[in-house]
Amino acid sequence: MFALGPIGFTVPWLLLGLIILPLLWLILRAVPPAPIRRRFPGVALLLGLTDDETQTDRTPWWLLLLRLLAVAAVIIGFAGPVLNPEDETPGTGPLLVLADGTWADARDWERRLDRMDALLGEAGRAGRTVAVVSLTDLPAEGPVFLSADAAATRLPGLTPVAYAPEAETVTEWIQSLEGDFDTYWMSDGLARDGRTEVLEALEDHGTVTVFESPRPVFGLRPATFEDGAVQITGLRDVGAGPLELTVGAVGPDPAGVERQLATGPLTFDSGATEATLALSLPPELRNRITRFELTGVRSAGAVTLADDALRRREIALIGGDADGEVLELLSPLHYLREALEPNADLIEGTLADAIPANPDVIIMADVAQLTSIEAAETLDWVENGGLLVRFAGPRLAASDVARDGEDPLLPVRLRAGGRSVGGAMSWGEPKSLAPFTESSPFFGLEVPDDVSVSAQVMAQPDPTLAERVIAQLSDGTPLVTRKAQGDGQVVLFHVTANAEWSSVPLSGLFVQMLERLAVSSRTELPPLEDMEGTIWAPQAVLTAFGDVEPAGTMPGVPGEDLIGDVPNAAVPPGLYAGENRQLAVNVLGAEDVLERASWPDRIVVEGLAVVRETLLKGWLLGFALTLLAVDAIASLALSGRLTGPRASGSAAALFALGLMLGAVPNGAQAQAPQDEVTTETEPAGPADDFALRATADVVLAHVLTGNAEVDQLASRGLHGLSDVLFRRTSIEPAAPIGIDLETDELSFFPILYWPVTPDQALPSAEAYAKLNRYIRSGGMILFDTRDADTASFGSSSPEGRKLQALAAPLDVPALEPLPPDHVLTRTFYLLQDFPGRYASRDVWVEAAPPGASQVEGMPFRDLNDGVTPVVIGGNDWAAAWALDETGNWMVPVGRGMAGEQQRELAYRFGVNLVMHVLTGNYKSDQVHVPALLDRLGQ
Amino acid sequence: MSQNAPLTGPALRRAAHELAAPLPPLLAEAEHLASTVMMGEHGRRRAGLGDTFWQFRPAEGHDETRDIDWRRSAMSDVQFVRQKEWQVAQTVVFWVDRAASMSFTSLKAGPTKAHRAAVIALALASLLVRAGERVGMTAPALRVGAARGHVLRMAGLLADPDPSDYGTPSDEGMMPHGRAVFVSDFLGDISAAEAALAKAADRGVRGILLQVLDPAEEAFPYDGRTIFESMGGGMVHETLKAGDLKDRYLERLAERKDRLSMLAREAGWQYATHHTGDPASMALLWAYQALERRA
Repeated sequence: MFALGPIGFTVPWLLLGLIILPLLWLILRAVPPAPIRRRFPGVALLLGLTDDETQTDRTPWWLLLLRLLAVAAVIIGFAGPVLNPEDETPGTGPLLVLADGTWADARDWERRLDRMDALLGEAGRAGRTVAVVSLTDLPAEGPVFLSADAAATRLPGLTPVAYAPEAETVTEWIQSLEGDFDTYWMSDGLARDGRTEVLEALEDHGTVTVFESPRPVFGLRPATFEDGAVQITGLRDVGAGPLELTVGAVGPDPAGVERQLATGPLTFDSGATEATLALSLPPELRNRITRFELTGVRSAGAVTLADDALRRREIALIGGDADGEVLELLSPLHYLREALEPNADLIEGTLADAIPANPDVIIMADVAQLTSIEAAETLDWVENGGLLVRFAGPRLAASDVARDGEDPLLPVRLRAGGRSVGGAMSWGEPKSLAPFTESSPFFGLEVPDDVSVSAQVMAQPDPTLAERVIAQLSDGTPLVTRKAQGDGQVVLFHVTANAEWSSVPLSGLFVQMLERLAVSSRTELPPLEDMEGTIWAPQAVLTAFGDVEPAGTMPGVPGEDLIGDVPNAAVPPGLYAGENRQLAVNVLGAEDVLERASWPDRIVVEGLAVVRETLLKGWLLGFALTLLAVDAIASLALSGRLTGPRASGSAAALFALGLMLGAVPNGAQAQAPQDEVTTETEPAGPADDFALRATADVVLAHVLTGNAEVDQLASRGLHGLSDVLFRRTSIEPAAPIGIDLETDELSFFPILYWPVTPDQALPSAEAYAKLNRYIRSGGMILFDTRDADTASFGSSSPEGRKLQALAAPLDVPALEPLPPDHVLTRTFYLLQDFPGRYASRDVWVEAAPPGASQVEGMPFRDLNDGVTPVVIGGNDWAAAWALDETGNWMVPVGRGMAGEQQRELAYRFGVNLVMHVLTGNYKSDQVHVPALLDRLGQ
Repeated sequence: MSQNAPLTGPALRRAAHELAAPLPPLLAEAEHLASTVMMGEHGRRRAGLGDTFWQFRPAEGHDETRDIDWRRSAMSDVQFVRQKEWQVAQTVVFWVDRAASMSFTSLKAGPTKAHRAAVIALALASLLVRAGERVGMTAPALRVGAARGHVLRMAGLLADPDPSDYGTPSDEGMMPHGRAVFVSDFLGDISAAEAALAKAADRGVRGILLQVLDPAEEAFPYDGRTIFESMGGGMVHETLKAGDLKDRYLERLAERKDRLSMLAREAGWQYATHHTGDPASMALLWAYQALERRA
């Protein structure tokens, strides 16, 4: 490489191009800037004027210099200048390229391959033979040294695996090598047992160079469930500065499509190598999670599979009738709750509530009779794989359920009455449990001596009974029976779930039995003796890149191998399914830490970057571009195009300058958010003012429609109504406010008057959300189509159509025309008509509940509580109420006295309406009935 | 459209539309401009021909008997004649430069000098016709008339450009002792204007010279190597550094203005400069006042 001082050139002959620079000087100098042609009437006055200077027909020297510099920079740039070029001296002899090939390599595997390729190329040029070996896939017969070309063809076949190499195997393999060779070790950067031995063994054969990526390695420990949240611990090998990563919880969504169900930030403090995220998720979501992964980190270590340990089953507890105020310890659910609470999520309530939640298990304690709908739903749920566990009790014993034929929701037919043994009025002793038979799921559980049964329901002898019994008493009567129903099963404990009939719920056996029935799941790892002899089928395996792949035809794994030092080649990370549970084998265990490998000083450690020299080409070309941009602007300025009339080129030039200085505006913007933060801490004036104005007194509000005339009339109308309210009632409203649905808060206002105009814009989705919240929380909207209700809420008037469009997204309940006994007819005045400027009858309010009926002798029905959320009419009330500033009526109503009467009724309707909003159904209260009857003259 | 093309019905109509297209806006603009003057300080002091009483003066020998106002005379022994203002309609002849140089504008979407000149002239004509004067044109010649439609005919003629580089004023069609209005940029050869002015002065014609200039012509905001061309392309001047010419150009422009001003003074005319960047109403106001002035 041709070098000048610290700078070398990759293509030095291009520098010859510099020779043309003087020539260019001459050419450029001879060509003056092109003139502009301008039309100018004043040219007649210019004739005869000569230029003072004559040399400006040549390009000025500084502009020439600028251009020559730019050209020189381009030439030198393309000549490939390199700062501090490296002259490597290739070694000789065979070369062993050793890759760790673990999951920690996976995140930059491509770069490793590139680097190895470059090394192989170098070795090939030096005529060395090369062997490429991955420590996780050791060739049994030792390394085969091939020509570099042949070795390079094997590179793509090299893949990392998701587990670490076994230290002993590696050490043995290395120590068995013979001959002299140099070693390039592509390390994954993690400290591991046996590194030193391997290094020393390799150094016996020749020099060792280590290649390592400086990027940190991240990993996740298995997720655990503690304190009501999923705890995820992240690891990194270097305690660098603070860092925030995102942990994603992946699992199937309700449609079965795999997606990220939740994410959370994992924040490493400065210097810390561990960080923990507590992810609080609803059980439905949590149980669907199949794995957690660090978003954006492509490595098996950054993925941890979730197994049953994380899964908490949902169990619905259904008691008998809730009416009995039984003591806590006698409650049929008490022992179940105690037994299940630690490792399951409990749903308590009615069956109708529980089934939609789709629990894993439903436990019914002494529930005898189900309604047909409940029974059908439950049966559906069982047949779809649910586990129904029932406990007997006095109610079941007394009922006729499963007497004559088999009930699908009970495993056996029951005999009437049940039996009781060992009581004061019966013969015999309380019975103890017989040991469990081999076919029983409880097989192997110790039966404590002190467990006794004093009462039970009896199964009807049946041909199928024997196979359904899974636990029996010492006299052979069934204690627990089970049958399959569809994909699920139904289990009956023939005793109560409390200690009334037996002492089973008091014993530890109860919990174990529930466990065996898979009612509750075990979170801890099964003990070794339980695993012996079992075969676990791999369900899914994890690749080194963190992808989950189906296990395919992988053979089963003996249970004892799953415990202990995993993963390894025989047990790759993945999900293994046993008889009734799943076990995840993860790359990192609960105790693992990540540490960076430390190498002795004598070892050369290089990065993965293929070229480490500083290339100056980009800088030079950038410099040339800058010079050319300056040249463009300077040329424009020189030829008078930058300033003066119609300087169209100047805008483009300044734009180009702005692009070049793009970093400056960015910096300015970065400051902006901070300013906003500081201003936010100050009280937001207008919003506070609005809130104060709206809440200091009762304020009537109207919706601004955008039609100035209608808005003005609505405002004046509410003024008029406020005046009347102030004078006649104890409601003393302040001045009404017109509100913009998009920006203003609605919750301050008891009532919204909404005049409907055909041309008003539909509110946005957010505004509708606000309106629905307003309606649900007790607000009222008075819709006024102002069309005298000619359309009767058909769509034949433009306002009617608009009203339909406006109200469609609103959460409006069923409506009915205002019934004569509605509370609006008597909240302040007794009214039967609700005229405004027009006197149409139909005003619509929320419909009365279907069951409401008039009691004999009562003038009106006892109707629903609360306030009707909408009142819809078309009487143009605001116009009838409207008073101008001087207190005169703005709009005529009717004629003569009849008109005055109509206006008075309109005011009375307004008063009643506001009263209704503010007092609810107070006047519906029967207390006032006698007085009201008196007034009504009945 | 070439002259030889057969003039079918639609073609004729289209040609007529094309011709008339600029007229209504131009006229409307002129009328609008004229109305600003009517509202101004000048009011209607002299509105109406012969309707308004001006003064009584004692009758003299040359007064005809029928001119004597007998009602006034009966109040005393002397006979009086009732005089009315503007009894004799003035004749005002316009010359509006339509040459190529007038089609220049440096303003974005601003008016050309020709447009501004036409608007001012038409507005002035409109005012004069309303005041009962008679207006006409020279080069192109339009006989003098006092009808409202006459302004429309003037507008038609003004919409017609003149291909020459610089316009030359003409004195044809000027009534002796009439009035004349010359609107031009006066950037061309000044001798033509001088000659026309001298002839007009000889016939006792008084009038105004309104020089309409573009702001760029006053400021000369040019720099760099530039080839200046006249609007028609007839004159070319190349400079290597336009910025250096600015001072000398402005000097020459000032000279030209001085010369025009002097010419006007000598002939008893009024002279003013108007820039297209300024509102037209200022120029109109000045022109109207200048015409009213009894020289």
